Amino acid sequence: MLKVAIVGVGQTPFTRNCGVSIRELCFEAFREALENINLTPKDIDASIICSAPEYDKQRSPAGLIAEYLGLNPQPTFYAESICSSSSTGVKIGSSFIKAGLHDVVVVIGFQKMSEISSADVQERMGRGADIQWESPFGTMMPAGYAMFARAHMQKYGTTEEQLAKVKVKSGKYSLLNPKAMYQRAVTLEECLKARVIASPLKLFDCCANADGASCIILASEEKARKITDTPVWVAGIGAASDTLSTTGRTNLAGLTCAIEAAEQAYKMAHLEPKDVDVAEVHDCFTIAEIMAYENLGFCKPGEGGKLIEESQTYLGGKIPVNVDGGLLSKGHPIGATGGSQIRTIVLQLQGRAGKIQVEGAEVGLVHNIGGVGLYGNVTILRR
Amino acid sequence: MGFEKFGRIGYISETRVADFVKYLEDGKIMATKCAKCGKVYFPPRADCPDDLSANMKWEELSGKCKLLTYTTAHFAPTGFEEDTPYTLALARYEEGVNVYARLSKDINEDEIHIGMDLRLSPLRLANGKITYELKKA
Repeated sequence: MLKVAIVGVGQTPFTRNCGVSIRELCFEAFREALENINLTPKDIDASIICSAPEYDKQRSPAGLIAEYLGLNPQPTFYAESICSSSSTGVKIGSSFIKAGLHDVVVVIGFQKMSEISSADVQERMGRGADIQWESPFGTMMPAGYAMFARAHMQKYGTTEEQLAKVKVKSGKYSLLNPKAMYQRAVTLEECLKARVIASPLKLFDCCANADGASCIILASEEKARKITDTPVWVAGIGAASDTLSTTGRTNLAGLTCAIEAAEQAYKMAHLEPKDVDVAEVHDCFTIAEIMAYENLGFCKPGEGGKLIEESQTYLGGKIPVNVDGGLLSKGHPIGATGGSQIRTIVLQLQGRAGKIQVEGAEVGLVHNIGGVGLYGNVTILRR
Repeated sequence: MGFEKFGRIGYISETRVADFVKYLEDGKIMATKCAKCGKVYFPPRADCPDDLSANMKWEELSGKCKLLTYTTAHFAPTGFEEDTPYTLALARYEEGVNVYARLSKDINEDEIHIGMDLRLSPLRLANGKITYELKKA
């Protein structure tokens, strides 16, 4: 079986209003990914451009981005799975390489959420659920995850304090991430006193919209060894889906698509949860991180609250999670998020993570979810 | 046409299960049942994915259900802002299917608990539209 490596990673700072166009945003991430590696745009065989199109003004952005990055006449493709679009792009790019169709593939994820007005963003949020049977009741992302939070609290006794502790950890590490939108520590009290968004989730339980771009460069083993001395290998890659409707769900205290994607990724990598040295999980809401601990096997179902309570997901703990601040502090520019998570893990495995370095990290995992547990993506990387 | 009457804000008008709205106006909550395999669907579907059949029959549901989970939204998508706060809920019918709806404003927040008995009822809205809501059983 052909091996796939990540040979370059890049990311713009995530900000509220980036003040540049989407092509410029993507170029910045692309330029960083090409720094210090032996590769030029003409060596790239194909590009995959990832975003959530409802925020884009440009129709068919793949064409625009490929042109601006100097990637014509190579083929370009567009991938979308909402918040996990760039993980989907990495899966498709890896498949191209494994199939022998292309040797070097660039995956660009971006979102300029400030491209449209706040009212327009709010309008689109309402249409993220089943528009025939659920959106007419006034649904939105926080309400979707809040229903999982309520069910998790009922089933396992998880508390609002435990949810808040996820944000406290995020705030602590945000101070070490110059690319995070919020670089600010928060106290447990601030979290618990914040206004309610969708009970039991309060302001600090929720991530924020952002502008940003990420870039991941994939290569076949043969090419990778010529491009860089520090390739990071895609050891396992899993993807799954669940019902878009809430009514179709059977598990309300975990994300079935994440459990399924994790099983696939662990099996492909011949690894187990205990082998993971560092992880990035999709903490769009605090409850999402607690469910991720359980769904990825870092603890037993129902023990996610206890894992954060005992600080086991801090640096130096049993399994450091989101030590770059996670979505809760970095912000969540939908199409760019998965690529940003992968970048963090690649830097960890290359020993380039600076103050958040997990010493000797060999295996890292990325958990990236689209929608309210709609699309599950788990990627396992090793050095 | 016909489905545009459903919901506070409707996003679609055409569907092969639009008769659901006519039944709702008569006070009935209907599911569809596959004539071939007998599986009951709610929300109603026009096609059964298990055996690819489009031969579906309408079947009235009891209306009796239990609360599975809920959230009170203090922040809403465009068009729903004036309704806040409102409680969104998922309930399980005794027939084994789930329903997503708002909890009636008659239920106080401190009375809400997972597992409580509820009844799904049609609700006529001021703008001439119709929906359903979960009331105390």
